[in-house]
Amino acid sequence: MNIHEYQGKEILKRYGVKVPEGKVAFTVEEAVAAAEALGLPAVVKAQIHAGGRGKAGGVKVARTMDEVRKYASEILGKVLVTHQTGPEGKEVKRLLIEQGCDIKKEYYVGVVVDRSTGRVVMMASEEGGTEIEEVAARTPEKIIKEVIDPAVGLQPFQARKLAYGINIPNELVNKAVTFMIGLYNAFVDKDCSIAEINPLVVTGDGEVMALDAKLNFDSNALFRHKDILELRDLDEEDEKEIQASKFDLSYIALDGNIGCMVNGAGLAMATMDIIKYYGGEPANFLDVGGGATTEKVTEAFKIILSDKNVKGIFVNIFGGIMRCDVIANGVVEAARQLGLDKPLVVRLEGTNVALGKKILEESGLNIVPADSMADGAQKIVSLVNS
Amino acid sequence: MSILLDRNTKIITQNMTGKTGMFHTKSCLEYGAKMVAGTAPGKGGQVVDFQLDNGTTVSVPVYNTVKEAKEATGATASVIYVPPAFAADSIMEAVDAELDLVVCITEGIPVLDMVKVKRFMEGKKTRLIGPNCPGITTPGQSKIGIMPGYIHTPGHVGVVSRSGTLTYEAVHQLTARGIGQSTAVGIGGDPVKGMEFIDVLKLFNEDPDTYAVIMIGEIGGTAEEEAAEWIKANMKKPVVGFIGGQTAPPGKRMGHAGAIISGGKGTAAEKIKVMESCGIRVAPTPSEMGATLVEVLKEHGILDKCITVK
Repeated sequence: MNIHEYQGKEILKRYGVKVPEGKVAFTVEEAVAAAEALGLPAVVKAQIHAGGRGKAGGVKVARTMDEVRKYASEILGKVLVTHQTGPEGKEVKRLLIEQGCDIKKEYYVGVVVDRSTGRVVMMASEEGGTEIEEVAARTPEKIIKEVIDPAVGLQPFQARKLAYGINIPNELVNKAVTFMIGLYNAFVDKDCSIAEINPLVVTGDGEVMALDAKLNFDSNALFRHKDILELRDLDEEDEKEIQASKFDLSYIALDGNIGCMVNGAGLAMATMDIIKYYGGEPANFLDVGGGATTEKVTEAFKIILSDKNVKGIFVNIFGGIMRCDVIANGVVEAARQLGLDKPLVVRLEGTNVALGKKILEESGLNIVPADSMADGAQKIVSLVNS
Repeated sequence: MSILLDRNTKIITQNMTGKTGMFHTKSCLEYGAKMVAGTAPGKGGQVVDFQLDNGTTVSVPVYNTVKEAKEATGATASVIYVPPAFAADSIMEAVDAELDLVVCITEGIPVLDMVKVKRFMEGKKTRLIGPNCPGITTPGQSKIGIMPGYIHTPGHVGVVSRSGTLTYEAVHQLTARGIGQSTAVGIGGDPVKGMEFIDVLKLFNEDPDTYAVIMIGEIGGTAEEEAAEWIKANMKKPVVGFIGGQTAPPGKRMGHAGAIISGGKGTAAEKIKVMESCGIRVAPTPSEMGATLVEVLKEHGILDKCITVK
């Protein structure tokens, strides 16, 4: 789960990570009031769940109150298109108004879970402000890492190694250490999946501060963080994905026109791949999980069909523990309820497959049976393209 | 004949008395697995009777702790059907009881819990499969977990996969061609887990009855690339691969917690490139995993030896 920059900064502040003073604003008037309270110059920052806001015109420094008003009205309601939003962009509905600061130099600090070591790793770089992926591609030697033992947490000596390694000015190293330890503690306490400070800055008045903050959270751990769940902003999420999550379906919207309904994440990905391989475009990823009941299948169909681009549906089920006749009944029932009028190709394999196919056949519905994934993918592609 | 699991392996079900635990313990008993004990704190002393389809009844005793269950039955393996909030604790309990093999089926364990589990396991003898995995099957002998047993056939091809349903797909394609499997291992879709591809490949490499391997990966992380390099340097047997998620968009978690392309890393294209450069034949579509293996077995002149059902 993602949250906004201002929310991330509020969390970090509680862990002793220094951030600029700031206030969230939902209207131009609130933005002006915030700037009056904070003083000038003020930074007007668009709050959307995507990076690259500065380049897209979503971050402006205002030197006068008129400028605060001008930038706030320009940015609020604007659709920002960045490399992380996709071509459709995201509408700005909130602003962060922040005290400006005297930046001496920008750095990067990030915390992630490293798969190869199975541990939390803190990364730091002298190349702040640019995308860390770019730094990794161009000058990997400029990223230094500390692997953290979960039994003892980030130790001060490790933070010092990082701070000296990225050439934080000598007199500010202790402040950087406090900053890094606070960041690590927040990461672990709140079950983050990513915590990225880009840039971390040292200022003219000798502070070490997080100028930006990106916190993502492990959705598997949200059950123990009610406070984080409250920060969820549904405006930032796909409506169909929200609907799917209510029914414990794993759904991700894509750009194509062939809806997919599959059991199992791996098979669901592979189904998208094979549709593409035969010249079609998948409209979504959808894993109905192991227990595909009639209710779940019906909801899955509804979500797929709420995507106006969908011209046909491919159901691909490998019934392992789940019996094919149960799934076939679910598909028939759902198709009837919804009066499905688009091509539907169903591939069933596994327990009771013959019975499942018979149910589909005798339903009187226009369901095209398929013998394999390849057969099904070819059939739906040709039906949708004809 | 197999790796990690055979007909003599004695198995404990952790949280056996729950709905999932009961269902799959029965299904493993039907397959021939020696399910000798269950655990459920507070229910120690109870006995659960399982009525099998062949008319026999198997009585499985329940213990409060894994240690007690192990001491009473001589079990060396366990399977975990404990809800995600408590599953890490259950894994550590099984590790502390010094079992050889622990299979954790549970999906949705917080990743930082698994970071602690891995730290706890350092220096201990237990091997962990999963979490978020379908388990392990040695065809004709035993199975631990939720794989549908009937799709398997005993034989000589090892299967290792990050995805449950793609494992079934591969096994099904092999069985349909008369090609049996030595052992099928689902290592699970989480980013921090027990056995990785390389750990399983090492065992297949050493197993005299495994002649070839299918390795099924997906987007996210670099485990496939690391495995490919290891295969190039060490593997004595042909390996065929498949990678799911060639059309997955970056930055989106595709069902599995570990299946995400982040920062341009972990794409299917990159994995396939490295695997092919290391001599692994990669199936172009999931429908062709079986056919691709047949091609490779033919080239190595071992197709006949691998066809166990004529």
